[in-house]
Amino acid sequence: MSDTLRGVVVCHGALAGALVDAVERITGLRGLLVPVSNADCDRGGLEERISAAIGGQPAVVFVDMPSGSCLIAALHRLRDEHGIRIVTGVNLAMLVDFVFHPGGLPGEAADRAVSAGERAIRIP
Amino acid sequence: MPIELYRIDDRLIHGQVVLGWGRSLGARFIVLVDDDVAVSGWEQDLYRMALPPDIEPYFVGVAEARARLADWAADPRPGILLTGRVETMAALLAGNGDSIPGVNLGGIHHRPGRIERLPYVYLTDDELRALKALRAGGVEVTAQDVPTTAPVTLDALG
Repeated sequence: MSDTLRGVVVCHGALAGALVDAVERITGLRGLLVPVSNADCDRGGLEERISAAIGGQPAVVFVDMPSGSCLIAALHRLRDEHGIRIVTGVNLAMLVDFVFHPGGLPGEAADRAVSAGERAIRIP
Repeated sequence: MPIELYRIDDRLIHGQVVLGWGRSLGARFIVLVDDDVAVSGWEQDLYRMALPPDIEPYFVGVAEARARLADWAADPRPGILLTGRVETMAALLAGNGDSIPGVNLGGIHHRPGRIERLPYVYLTDDELRALKALRAGGVEVTAQDVPTTAPVTLDALG
């Protein structure tokens, strides 16, 4: 099992793919984030997509909304899984921070991602 | 008509329902008819997370929903009734079709055996027949994912 955590980004529509693309363009780091869309599938199908993206590895699952189909599918499938943490309210800043710090425990990585994401929300 | 929307949506309580239809209709309660969710406290907690505090959820199975339809019909608050499956809605409305405004197909997604009828509506032939049987019983059936799009007639689905 790799020491590198996998990041799985689960969003409505095309948002996850766009976020992952943007992270890779900013950082030049590829393959650390896997996008999952909720488009054109029911909850069971979305759960399968999330499981496939995690691939049995320790992971942080980033979800767009703090409610809704993406979060419900993730929680429904992963609530008994060890080594997985779910973070809602994904933004670009937290994903950039995540790919620069891909090691450690999922809980620590999730806490770090939340801090990075919150710090990026400001009125300059 | 206190239940303003009878919707089939396999994602159950989610953004389109709460933000799209819920705001448009001013919904104050949502009845989720699902035999599995009705007996699962943690799944109910998941769906409560998707609701603002001014929308009250009811989690019931088909039998209880049939028994309580008249109560919800007498409720002065606007409401939404959701099922995740065509069969569930058909079972719920059997014999009650003349008392509801119609059934909305909101999100029935791909699975093996289903055919794409719209980007957000996939149906097996049996499901299409069940919907046509509902219509024959007096229920108008249309597909419409969000309030800002035009409804699509059942005939246009096949």
